[in-house]
Amino acid sequence: MASVTYEHVKKSYGDVHVIKDLNFHVSDKEFLVLVGPSGCGKSTALRMLAGLEDITSGQIKIGDRVVNDVPPKDRDIAMVFQSYALYPHMSVYENMAFGLKLRKMSKTEIDQRVQKAAGLLGIGHLLDRKPKQLSGGQRQRVAVGRAIVRNPSVFLFDEPLSNLDAKLRVETRANITRLHQDLGTTFIYVTHDQVEAMTMATRIAVLKDGYLQQIDTPQTLYDHPANVFVAGFIGSPSMNFFEGKLVNKDGKLMVDLGVFQLEVPAGKKDMYGKHVGKDVVCGIRPEDINDPLYLPPAVADSRVQGKIEVTELMGNEIFLYLNSGGKQYVARVDPRTKAAVGMDKELSFNVDNMHLFDKVTEKRLE
Amino acid sequence: MNTTQDNSQAGLSFFETAPGKLLVSLGGLIATIVFLVWGFGFLRAAEVPLYVMTPFAILWGVGGIAMLYTFGNMFIEQMPQVITARVQPYLFVGPAVLILFWYLAFPTIRTLWISAFSNAGGPPAAVWASPAEGGGWDNFSKEFSENFVGLDNYAQIFSGENNNMRIAFRNNLYWILFGASSSVIMGLLIAVLADRSKFENVAKAIVFLPMAISFVGAGVIWNFIYEYRPSGESQIGLANAILTLFGAEPTTFAQNVGLPWGLNNIFLIIIVIWLQTGYAMVLFSSAIKGIPSELLEAARVDGANEVQIFFRIMIPVIWGTIITVTTTVVIFTLKVFDVVWVMTGGQFDTQVIGTQFYRESFTSGNSGTGSALAIILLLAVVPVMIYNLRDFSKRRTF
Repeated sequence: MASVTYEHVKKSYGDVHVIKDLNFHVSDKEFLVLVGPSGCGKSTALRMLAGLEDITSGQIKIGDRVVNDVPPKDRDIAMVFQSYALYPHMSVYENMAFGLKLRKMSKTEIDQRVQKAAGLLGIGHLLDRKPKQLSGGQRQRVAVGRAIVRNPSVFLFDEPLSNLDAKLRVETRANITRLHQDLGTTFIYVTHDQVEAMTMATRIAVLKDGYLQQIDTPQTLYDHPANVFVAGFIGSPSMNFFEGKLVNKDGKLMVDLGVFQLEVPAGKKDMYGKHVGKDVVCGIRPEDINDPLYLPPAVADSRVQGKIEVTELMGNEIFLYLNSGGKQYVARVDPRTKAAVGMDKELSFNVDNMHLFDKVTEKRLE
Repeated sequence: MNTTQDNSQAGLSFFETAPGKLLVSLGGLIATIVFLVWGFGFLRAAEVPLYVMTPFAILWGVGGIAMLYTFGNMFIEQMPQVITARVQPYLFVGPAVLILFWYLAFPTIRTLWISAFSNAGGPPAAVWASPAEGGGWDNFSKEFSENFVGLDNYAQIFSGENNNMRIAFRNNLYWILFGASSSVIMGLLIAVLADRSKFENVAKAIVFLPMAISFVGAGVIWNFIYEYRPSGESQIGLANAILTLFGAEPTTFAQNVGLPWGLNNIFLIIIVIWLQTGYAMVLFSSAIKGIPSELLEAARVDGANEVQIFFRIMIPVIWGTIITVTTTVVIFTLKVFDVVWVMTGGQFDTQVIGTQFYRESFTSGNSGTGSALAIILLLAVVPVMIYNLRDFSKRRTF
């Protein structure tokens, strides 16, 4: 059981700086998900923790121990790889027992641990098979099994679900969450999929271009994204962004977006009042744009006229692809709506949940 | 539709019906076979200039086979579907298999037959000679000698009376033990080490370079390296130059029969190791590069050190390649001939089965013994070959 700390960690390959000053702390028993677009350095960050990449500068600590120069085998970690990396010449049992044999554990102890892990993962009947005889989902579970028999203090996952089909991915997601609850160990999990991050993590670290953008609980990340990137990255469909200006008009604080204006709700007037005159980026999530006929309770209603270009029925909701004066955006509305393609429709923007960012720094206005 | 067109179509349409096609294909097949047989006879007997002969040979060979395939295929396609599917593959591999049989299996059988005769008694009379002269169909099966001895040639080879043979077998064993294993082990080591080196390409190029040299060329090069001048004279051979530099006496290396257990053979084996290591290395290198890096990283995280990774992950994963390379190198070394022949001519107790075969067959006029040796060599190679092929097909299903 251990915490993990990154202190001013940098990684460069020659002139290419993959990770530029990474700082964060993962508490014991936390499930931290590192998420970001490809090339953001999230896998590198994980591989440095595993000891598979050198650390250019800075420190990584597991517990209180600086592990910069500790070889992988002595870091008390286990890792699940994207390709699962099962040893093709060994049976499932041998795959799981390999790390224990190397540690010169007794045969009975090895057997106990393998059987226990296999039972936990429901792969008891596969122990004699070779990896090539297994399905993708089974291989994935063996890879997890190989990690848990070692009983490490930190589990590392490098995109372990990206080779599974959509249905299996959802199932496995829940299984890994359950595993985290059962084992009570620190999990660090890398993915590019924000849905995985949102559903599994106790905290999410969003990375971009080698910098940490924000690290917080999924809910905080969703409700209070620190900058435009995080706001756009978390949530599906993505948040709509409009460029505009904060203005005072007839005593009201308005966000002037050119084609339409949104009034800042009374509760946020004080906060945004000091930014009057600033160029801003205004973010509205698709679910905060509604059909006025089917408004959820207690929304700060602000009406906008938009033309419907495309509709996507999801069953429990409909995505409307809208256009107001050349500006395109997406709304996620109640499926009972009468909206149809080509229609000019009045929409309700819930300005309570409007996010404002500085246009220059792209940081959240507060 | 006008009537003239109908007429011409009626004429054609018979050949588009099933029996019509069958007839055409059968006729075509017969014509093809006649053409092939006639062409063979023509080519063998004809005394026409080369510039006539060559185009005709090409036309005969390529055209004849094309005709065979076309008409054969046409014929088979007229059969019921089930038969077509069954027979069609054999039609296409058939000619190749027949030619292979002619070039490989037939000479093998003939060699086996020859190995059952001794050279005593002189050549048999012609089949067509008069009975008084010893002619007759009995002689048909006697390839070159009157004297059928059964397995005597083999018995004689293995009897142990024949010291030459005993030494040849021992040397061949040395070749496999030291030559093949060193090539494989060094090739593997170089491949693994080069894989982690900054100078990988340079190192591999240097090791691979000798592969481009023929065995005979290598023999000539190493003849210079092993060149011997009596003590006191200036040594022009690299090996002896180095030896004398450190104050040692110059030696004759491969020709030094004074060494115990025929260890002078080692100096010949070194040449082939130098030639073959590159071959092994290249195959191992590509196999090692084929191991996913995540596999090695998983082992590293699991707690394996680099030596354990090498023996417990890399070796098992590339085992198929190791088998293929080893068997190929073993077959090479079993058949070794050129290097020995160029360096020592098989003297100084360096003879191997290959050189003994040559000496018996072509120098001593002892075709029976020579053929017997060729058969023994074949029998020695076959199990290695089978193992290689079996492993190959196993890996296919991987």
